[in-house]
Amino acid sequence: MAHFSSSHDLCPLVKNILLLDSEGKRVAVKYYSDDWPTNSAKLAFEKSVFTKTLKTNARTEAEIAMFENNIVIYKFVQDLHFFVTGSDDDNELILASVLQGFFDAVALILRNNVDKNEALENLDLILLCIDEIVDGGMILETDASTIAGKVASHSIDAAAPLSEQTLTQALATAREHITRSLLT
Amino acid sequence: MAQPFAKKDDDRDEEAEYSPFLGIEKGAVLQEARVFHDPQLDPRRCSQVITKLLYLLNQGETFTKVEATEVFFAVTKLFQSRDIGLRRMVYLMIKEISPSSDEVIMVTSSLMKDMTSRTDVYRANAIRVLCQITDGTLLGQIERYLKQAIVDKNPVVASAALVSGIHILQTNPEIVKRWSNEVQEAVQSRAALVQFHALALLHQIRQNDRLAVSKLVTSLTRGTVRSPLAQCLLVRYASQVIRESANNFQTGERPFYDYLESCLRHKSEMVILEAARAITELSGVTNRELTPAITVLQLFLSSSKPVLRFAAVRTLNKVAMTHPMAVTNCNIDMESLISDQNRSIATLAITTLLKTGNESSIDRLMKQITNFMSDIADEFKIVVVEAIRSLCIKFPLKYRSLMNFLSNILREEGGFEYKKAIVDSIVILIRDIQEAKEIGLLHLCEFIEDCEFTYLSTQILHFLGIEGPKTADPSKFIRYIYNRVHLENATVRACAVTTLAKFGAMVDSLKPRIIVLLRRCLFDSDDEVRDRATLYLNTLGGDGSVAETDNDVKEFLFDSLDIPLVNLETSLRNYEPSDQPFDINSVPKEIKAQPLAEKKAPGKKPIGLGAPPTAPSAAVDAYDKLLSSIPEFASYGKLFKSSAPVELTEAETEYAVNVVKHIFDHHVLFQYNCTNTIPEQLLENVTVVVDASEAEEFSEVALKPLKSLPYDSPGQTFVAFEKTDGVPAVGKFSNVLKFIVKEVDPTTGEAEEDGVEDEYQLEDLEVVAADYMQKVGVSNFRNAWESMDPEGERVDEYGLGSRESLAEAVNAVVNLLGMQPCEGTEAVPSNSRSHTCLLSGVFIGNVKVLVRLSFGISGQNEVAMKLAVRSEDETVSTTIHEIVASG
Repeated sequence: MAHFSSSHDLCPLVKNILLLDSEGKRVAVKYYSDDWPTNSAKLAFEKSVFTKTLKTNARTEAEIAMFENNIVIYKFVQDLHFFVTGSDDDNELILASVLQGFFDAVALILRNNVDKNEALENLDLILLCIDEIVDGGMILETDASTIAGKVASHSIDAAAPLSEQTLTQALATAREHITRSLLT
Repeated sequence: MAQPFAKKDDDRDEEAEYSPFLGIEKGAVLQEARVFHDPQLDPRRCSQVITKLLYLLNQGETFTKVEATEVFFAVTKLFQSRDIGLRRMVYLMIKEISPSSDEVIMVTSSLMKDMTSRTDVYRANAIRVLCQITDGTLLGQIERYLKQAIVDKNPVVASAALVSGIHILQTNPEIVKRWSNEVQEAVQSRAALVQFHALALLHQIRQNDRLAVSKLVTSLTRGTVRSPLAQCLLVRYASQVIRESANNFQTGERPFYDYLESCLRHKSEMVILEAARAITELSGVTNRELTPAITVLQLFLSSSKPVLRFAAVRTLNKVAMTHPMAVTNCNIDMESLISDQNRSIATLAITTLLKTGNESSIDRLMKQITNFMSDIADEFKIVVVEAIRSLCIKFPLKYRSLMNFLSNILREEGGFEYKKAIVDSIVILIRDIQEAKEIGLLHLCEFIEDCEFTYLSTQILHFLGIEGPKTADPSKFIRYIYNRVHLENATVRACAVTTLAKFGAMVDSLKPRIIVLLRRCLFDSDDEVRDRATLYLNTLGGDGSVAETDNDVKEFLFDSLDIPLVNLETSLRNYEPSDQPFDINSVPKEIKAQPLAEKKAPGKKPIGLGAPPTAPSAAVDAYDKLLSSIPEFASYGKLFKSSAPVELTEAETEYAVNVVKHIFDHHVLFQYNCTNTIPEQLLENVTVVVDASEAEEFSEVALKPLKSLPYDSPGQTFVAFEKTDGVPAVGKFSNVLKFIVKEVDPTTGEAEEDGVEDEYQLEDLEVVAADYMQKVGVSNFRNAWESMDPEGERVDEYGLGSRESLAEAVNAVVNLLGMQPCEGTEAVPSNSRSHTCLLSGVFIGNVKVLVRLSFGISGQNEVAMKLAVRSEDETVSTTIHEIVASG
């Protein structure tokens, strides 16, 4: 090797984070690599990942599979399927820590009611959560409580002091506001 | 935050279908986005609308340019609100829209205000957003804040700045490089992730400075890195330093090995894995170095976590390719993984066992695999089949049980790729193991009796036509082949006719019977089949005429073509109808570099199943066209060979130059491809001054300067040499790039009138013997070898001294000669003590050369080699020996 190869080659990189439902439809996805340039390429990848992992039991421990030159780590709960993809020469356990961070953070954010409905109703939080985990492929944070903490703090009304309002309360007041706005 | 249309009172049926985004429509949402313009902003409602927009984008919906611009402008209004939640959604939205540079200006000041805000959340996010959308011009203004942010006491802010730095480094390295001091300080941070990000950035800043990287690794391996992620990076950097310095540490301890070994005891599994993998990938790793790594991987094999088992078995599988003995300790754990729930793990375990197994364990292993095969997907089956193929080559005595296994699975259900892998494997066994030939061919015959894939049927028939006549009793194949003529589609029938004819041509005793069969084919319903039958009847003399056919015709019809089909196809495409007939001799025979996939499986290249796959020879054609269009060089005749570009400068220097060596009969032409990487400069009258004092047989005859070389648009300059005829003249050339440099005003792009003469030292260039050799393969080495005059054979023996391994020695000789290895013989099975390698090529002057290399290695790794050369010209055979003797 005459030259150091350029760019991030030695750095662990995440190629995508996927959250699909039990039919393989998107709940939230984020791609960081150019491997899938078009939406149809992305959908095709999601479909193949979804169908190939569908029959496996990834509910207690995270599972792993290879797709072409990629490693996909995945875990399921209820009707939600979580996936993290990386290159096949990367460290599986690093990718697994990203998945675990995502998975646990979502559980915290949704207060353990982890299912598709709850995820869609709190889609803004899920998107913020993904945004806090990876930035342009670089791993930002893998600790679930830190991630959830960052996301949660933003959902609280700016006017109220953080300490005085728990996440649950915040959501409750939010619901109330909305119902009222619907009725009027 | 619930959505406004969350109607909880829907009945149960609809509940299943329920989604807060049910019936959402882009147009309606864009209408809703008008609330962003309200003078009294409702943060909650705005957040909801943004969520809907993000939902649409996430589902793959796209916004037109106008829509995106409108949304963007509307979103910028939301900076007025002081609601943190809404602000975060605004950040997210801006990143998703990725505004154009003139739009970015709209939010720059808002974001810069947030960057200096007292709220950590604002600072961190504003940095990330701004760095993502800005195009570099703005960086100068915000650089000061970014440097501050890197050493910010809030880890989130520091990480945001560091990660942004990593992204910016790709486009604006010179700016980020100025932050070294701050980044270095951040490496010492107590926050784990900050340390990780800082280390990644620091390494990337210094990656072109080997010494600096080495220093960095030396100081950090002494133990201040806390974060497991950063530790993983450090392991990678350390193994890179080991790789780079491999030559300086041939003797004694390997640097940083102790560090890698200590990481095997780290408390985090990801670091242990990273270190174990790094150790197994060390070049020339010894068993003593491997042992601790294998031990931790073995522990992982029985972990309850699938990811850990997978990582371990995958690493061990790789180790088994080079050091099978080192992995045998894990065999018991490995066998229990065959029943692993995760089929990837099971397949990797099986293939590892196949690599590490010894002759006595094969039968037991095959039994286990048979059970396993029925419940895995085709893609895994293919992997297993490939492992079995290499196992069979390793233990030829076991061919019977392995061949049985292959023929059994061939009969079972399976897709095309899977069947093809099996057929390919059987073909290779037939080719490599003499005893397996007959039984293998019969298995293939049985397979085509009931084969649904036309491609495989025709390939097998073709292969039968080559191998069948050489067996002890060729007649027993006729029935299978003739059955195809009755039962198959036209393509297969035509192919069967050809195969029959080959039997007729090669086995005299069968000829009368074949002629009878071919006559029956004259009444086939398909034109192609009838045409072929007529043609072959004619050639074989079945139509009553004298059976004295021209030898050329026979050769053309029944011998394999020695021209790569891809090259033939390209030439035919380029051929324009004219009075001049197409000349098959004008087709280049050079085989271009094999695609990577082929290298991975050297045994995969079948001799019978179709021509070796080759990449198109577009590059040679392009060079030929380019050179013949330059009048100075048009007289040099036909281009014999062009080398791959050789870099004459380091990466990231002011001027990038590489050279292509073009070889003609009497001339050598250097094509220097130059790129000017300095925007402020225009180069004119660019030449390369070549000092050929170390290349006595060359004399410079022509020079073609490059008139002007503007920034970032590559150009070529040429230097031509005349060389002594006949001899493959070799020599070393030193090069200096000479030019007139003119300053360019970056704002106007105009160059100044006056320039200054300057020169730039390039690296040396060598013309070696391999430059005079075209890589041209032959499809059947033995036939080609025997058809050459044995009188002209030159044989001699050479001692190659102490070598790292047999494979390394073989590789060195193959590279020295620059010839095409045939029939996959360049691959040396691990642990073998002797090896034969077959090479073929065309030497300058269009002389076909074949080489048979026999290697042997002693206990002290002393390698001896016997070199036998046959060629159309004895002097060339002698020359080949001279090349080896002087190499």
